[in-house]
Order: sequence, then C-alpha cells, then structure tokens
Amino acid sequence: MTQAENNLVAGCPTGLAPPETTSAPDPSAFVRRVNGQSRLSLTIRGAKCGACISRIESAVKALPGVETARLNLSTGGLEVAWHGGLTAIPIVQAISSLGYGVAPQDQGNAITDEQREERSLLIALGVAGFATANIMLLSVSVWAGNGEMGESTRMMLHGLSGLIAFPAILFSGRVFFRSAWKVLKHGHANMDVPISLAVIIAFCVSVSETLRGGEHAYFDASVMLLFFLLIGRFLDARVRRKAHTSARDLAAMARRSVTRLAENGEARSVRASEIQPGDRILLAPGEQAVVDMQVETGLSEVDESLVTGESVPRTATQGMNLLAGTINLSQPLTGRAIAAASDSLLSDIARMLDAGEQRRSTYRKIADRAVSLYVPFVHTSALLAFIGWLLAGMSANEALLIGVSTLIITCPCALALAAPVTQVVASGRLFRAGTFLKSGDALERLAQCNYIIFDKTGTLTFGTPRLADDVSPDLLANAAQLARASRHPLSRALVEAAGPGPVASGVREFPGLGLEGVIDGVSSRLGSAEWVGADIDVASSSSLWFVEGNCAPVRFQFRDHILDDATQTIRALRQAGYGMEILSGDRAETVADVAGKLGVADWTAKASPRDKVERLEALQAAGHRVLMIGDGLNDAGALALANASVTPGGAMDVSRSASDAVYSGGLIALPRLIAVAKQARAVMLQNFAFAAAYNLVAVPVAISGHATPLVAAIAMSASSILVSLNALRLNTMPERL
Amino acid sequence: MAGLLFLIPIALGMGLIGLIAFLWAARSGQFDDPDGAANRILVDEDRPLPPSESRDSGE
Repeated sequence: MTQAENNLVAGCPTGLAPPETTSAPDPSAFVRRVNGQSRLSLTIRGAKCGACISRIESAVKALPGVETARLNLSTGGLEVAWHGGLTAIPIVQAISSLGYGVAPQDQGNAITDEQREERSLLIALGVAGFATANIMLLSVSVWAGNGEMGESTRMMLHGLSGLIAFPAILFSGRVFFRSAWKVLKHGHANMDVPISLAVIIAFCVSVSETLRGGEHAYFDASVMLLFFLLIGRFLDARVRRKAHTSARDLAAMARRSVTRLAENGEARSVRASEIQPGDRILLAPGEQAVVDMQVETGLSEVDESLVTGESVPRTATQGMNLLAGTINLSQPLTGRAIAAASDSLLSDIARMLDAGEQRRSTYRKIADRAVSLYVPFVHTSALLAFIGWLLAGMSANEALLIGVSTLIITCPCALALAAPVTQVVASGRLFRAGTFLKSGDALERLAQCNYIIFDKTGTLTFGTPRLADDVSPDLLANAAQLARASRHPLSRALVEAAGPGPVASGVREFPGLGLEGVIDGVSSRLGSAEWVGADIDVASSSSLWFVEGNCAPVRFQFRDHILDDATQTIRALRQAGYGMEILSGDRAETVADVAGKLGVADWTAKASPRDKVERLEALQAAGHRVLMIGDGLNDAGALALANASVTPGGAMDVSRSASDAVYSGGLIALPRLIAVAKQARAVMLQNFAFAAAYNLVAVPVAISGHATPLVAAIAMSASSILVSLNALRLNTMPERL
Repeated sequence: MAGLLFLIPIALGMGLIGLIAFLWAARSGQFDDPDGAANRILVDEDRPLPPSESRDSGE
C-alpha cells in the first residue's frame, strides 16, 4: 500500500481498533516549555500496528519545526517536541484527521510507578537468571563428579557457587523479602513468607555445609527458586500495567480542555478543571461538552446518544441544558457552565465507578485462595520433617537439611506461574482476535457470569440512524444532493444510502430546520416537516422531509438498525444457557422493537444511570452473577458494578475504563470472549490441581530424605515447564461456548 | 585441574558480559515498548525521492 492510499483509511489499517470520529480537543493548555523547546505529551487511542506508528509519526514530523515525534505502541503515549511558533492545535488535528483519538496528558509520559516496578522486576529476573545458569554450570560438575571428585575441589565449586548466589539473592530476592517483612510485622503471612524463608534458610544451610566440606549444597535451588518466581511476578506486573494504562483513559476525559470566552469575547483554551460555574464557554461543531452547560446563543443539533442512549439528534436552542458527554454537531454554541467539571454528570458517574470498583475489588482471585491454603501446608510439612527426623535419632544438622529440602521442593514455583502464564496466553489470543483484556482476573470473573445485560444503542444496534424504507432511487439521489452539504446524522444516513454523487448548488443550512438548495434549476428543501410545509400532526424527529419545487413533500423514515451479528450472538448465548435482558435509556417503543426482533423477553426503557445501577444491584442480590455490556456514559456506573463488564471499541473513554474488556469487530466477539474466559479458568484450575498433585508426590520424597539438590532442581523446573505448556494449550482450543 | 583455574573465570566472565548487556538494555528503556519495537522493523522509512532539480544538476 502506498503512503497516499494508506492515509485514506481512517484509524488503524488492520481494523483492530475502530476509527475515532470525535474531533480533538485543543491541548494548548498542556504544552510544556523546556529550554526554548515546546513539548507535548499525548495519549493516542486506536494505534495498534506498525503502520499506525509510521502514519502518526510522519504526519506530525511533517509539521514545520517538529523535531521529534515518538509513539510508544505499548502505552499509546506520543511525545512531541518542537521549536518555533507552531501551536498545539495542528498537531492534534493532524492525528485526529487520520482517524485516531487524541487526548493531552498532564505530567508527560514520564515513567509511571508501574513501569518502574516492571523494569526493576525485569532486572531482578535477569540477575537471577544469570546466577542460576552459572551456579548450575558448577553444580552439574559436582553432580557429575559424584564419588570421584576430591573434597577440596567440591569445596571450591560450592564456595564459588555461594559467592555468585549471595549477591544475586540479596539483589533479586528483595521483592520477596520486603513484602514478607511487611506482612510479618502485622502478624500476617502471604506467599512471600515461605519463599523468603526457603531462600534464606537454604542459603545459610548451604554455607555451613560448604564450610563443613559436606556433599550437598542448595545454592542452585535457592537461586532457581527466585528465578521461576520472578518470571511469574514479572508477567503479573505486565498484565497489571496494561490494565492501568487503560484506566488512565478516564483521567484523560477529565484532562480535556474547554474553550472559555472572556468578557471581551476573546476565546482561550483552558483545562476543564479550571472551569467555574458561570464561565462562558464556546462549544465548536464536533466538540464534546466536558462540563454541564446551559446554551445562551446559537442553534444547533446535538448528539446525546452517549449520555441518554437516544440515537436521534436533538435541537439545542437558548436555555437548554447540555450534559457533559454531549457532542455538538452542526453550529457553534455558546453557553454558561452550570457546574464545575468536578460537579458535572461526568463526575457523578466517576463516583459511581469508584463505588462499583471498590465492591469489585473484594473479589478474591483463585490464585490468592490457593495460596492461603498452601502456606500453612508448606510450613507444617517442613517443620514436621525436621522434628520427626530429630525424634527418630538423626543429628540436628541432617534433620535440618531434610527440613530445608522439603521447604525448597514444596515452594510454590508452579503455583506462582499457574495463573499469570494462563492469563498472558489467554489475553494474547484474545488480542489477536481484536479483544483487549484490561485485567488478569477479568477472565475468572467473566467465566463465572450467568446473566447478561445489554445496553441497546451502540451495543445491539449501530447507534446511528439508517434509512428505513425503500424510496425511489431518483428521489433519493436528488435529496442526497442537498444532504451531502450537511453534517447532521440524518443527512449522513441519507448520503450513505444514496452513495457518492454531486452536491446541489448554493446549499444553505438552517439549524433546527433543514437545508435549501437548487437542483437542476428547481429550488428544493430537505429538513423537518415545518421546513418543507408538510401538513402533519405527528412531529417525528427520526424522519426527514424532502420537497422539490411545487411537488408534494416526501418523507424519509430513519431507524437505528440492529447489528448484523446481534441475532446470531443472542441465539448462541441463549443456547449456552445465559439469562439476558436489555436495559436502555432510549424510548420505550424503540427498545420494545429491538427486544422483540432479538427475542429478548426482559427489557427496560428510559433507564437513567442510577436506574441501571439499581437494577444490577437487585439482580446481584437475587444471586445472579451479571455480565454488563454497554458503551454509553449512562452505562459506566453499571459497568463498574457488574461482576464483569465488556464494552465495544467505539465506546466512550469512561465506559472503556470501567470495563474489563474492550472488543472490536462486532458483537460476535462476545461468545468468543466468554468461551476463552471459561477455558482459561479451566486451565488455571488444572494448573493448580497439578501443583497440588506435584506436592503430594514431592513432599513424601523430601521427607524421606531423598530430595538431593539434583532432585530438587529437576522437580522444580519440570513442574514450572509443565504448567506453562498446559497454559499454551489455550492457543489451540476450539472456541466453543 | 589447572584448567579449571582459567576455564571457570572465562565461563563466568562471558556470563557477566551477557548480564551487563542485559542490564544496559533494560536501563536504557529498550524493553519499555515491546509492541512498538516488534512493529518498527516493518516501518518503511524510505520515501520516494522528490523530483528535484538539484539531483539533475548534480549529474
């Protein structure tokens, strides 16, 4: 594909993320000046592939004065630095015209805490890996030379191993020691306590064995233990950081900027957080309201589908209140803020989000439950082995060695890898199919749901109106000549039905009324019933009227159509035994129509965000585990409260942050997501069962005194590898619900 | 036996070189954007030459 063709595609050319259509906010308030250089950090949404990197970077670098533009594909952060008089507006316009979402960042994409944690874990992992490999090199020679090697040579090899192990354990083990110490101080225990104990005691016993000239030293085992456990920790941290990156989207909404008008009429871009009630605001066409506002001047159409679920646009005139999240469609509007950003609807919903998430965090992960059973078991068996052999008349030294080998061999390598490896494989598989998981435990929660709630607009339907009836092609072609001059959603729907064609001459748009222009010398009008002079009682907002010259007006009906794959998806889910219902903020007749066509018996219309949350609470109280699927601002509270939640890729930032997974490529992704989640849960449980079975074999071996360093090394690595291989099976399992 | 005296340091030294290279890579942020690094090799940075006069006059 050439560069020119490439740029014709809106959004990511792979289709992994849908193109973004909202216009970019003015980020001027977020530009930083450093040494005469202007710097701006942006969050890019929808960039998923290599072509996105080159499109975005080359578009920004083509602007005058831009020195660097570097996109981090993993976090979606873009760093731009430039010299000269370039303002920030052309930069974000260049990106949003390519079909990507842009939002300014407050602090710059400086390394976050999660990133720092991930990096330090990676370095600890590298050091442990180096130490493991080199100590193993020395240990293998000790094992191979068993019986033939002289005591002094063995002592030297053990001593060298100890010299490598000591700094490695100090450095790589810090993570575990610190966390173990923290909980021990409060009188609790977590998985890090047996790990730290095993590593420290194994090291100390090995030092004393080396000094004594003994045969067995466990330096390799103690470092290898750290190595395997750090792999699990690192994978876990990586999955968690990805979740945090998505959560930052919510903050990005609050970081939007607003055009404030001074008393002298001068427009200035300021941060949304600076807006006070009473400030005058300009809402440009295509812009999304960030604070609740009352319209003072201007006449325009506004799209409130993200706030209320109503897909047909409304006319905004003086005195009308616009809630945050409303998109202005055709003409500039000015108004006064009626609430600060922190008091607007958006913040109410953010509070609902917090409440929901707090409740959700009480969910206990399978891994945590397994560990709480495991820790006492390990300690007791090691202690019993030590005391038992002591009572049986063994010397304290030898009994201690057996106790330590029990502690090492039962240490939770397989257990620590069981969950993270499964999550990484499952989320990788979903990612390739276009679904993004936001947190690791989302899979567990998704797999357990048994009741599904759908929002209507944008989830089961396209969310945009489409021409409903068949009309004569000539009429349609003529009406489209007028409609091509307008951004109104009904005009766009008309143009989509008519296909490409010419624009009528001298078209003028009258906000709230319609369009007027000349087609083949005949003056024509397209718009509301009163605009064309149609004599009709029922004023329906979802139809357009068209009149040519003195002919009778013709009516075009529009409806929000059901997604092509919705019927199929609902049928598949019903066959799998899921209870389903529709919970929408839209009008009753529209919701009833969609519910009837899809065969969903339970539906609620006109539901406010609060109603949705209450309905969810009622269902949960009745013992259902609810999966919520929605895209609007009005769904965000319910999304956060549900046991698990999923949102389509075109959803608002807030909804995306509130959900566990974001899908693209149609509703049909949903059965796949649930199927993979169920398989992942099954594989995770298998892994834990395997770890338990491993211990049933390993503990008797260790207690009977047969766990030499060689046996420990083989058992530990074999169990970790088996658990990882089992997780990899997820890649080839069939997607059946 | 004397062989051990130089073979072991050589083995450890090679491992250490690898470790230092890894630490340098991790510290300099080469693992910060694994998705981007994987995709950047596919980015074609060549652009068609502009039909400029300077190229013709240079011949």
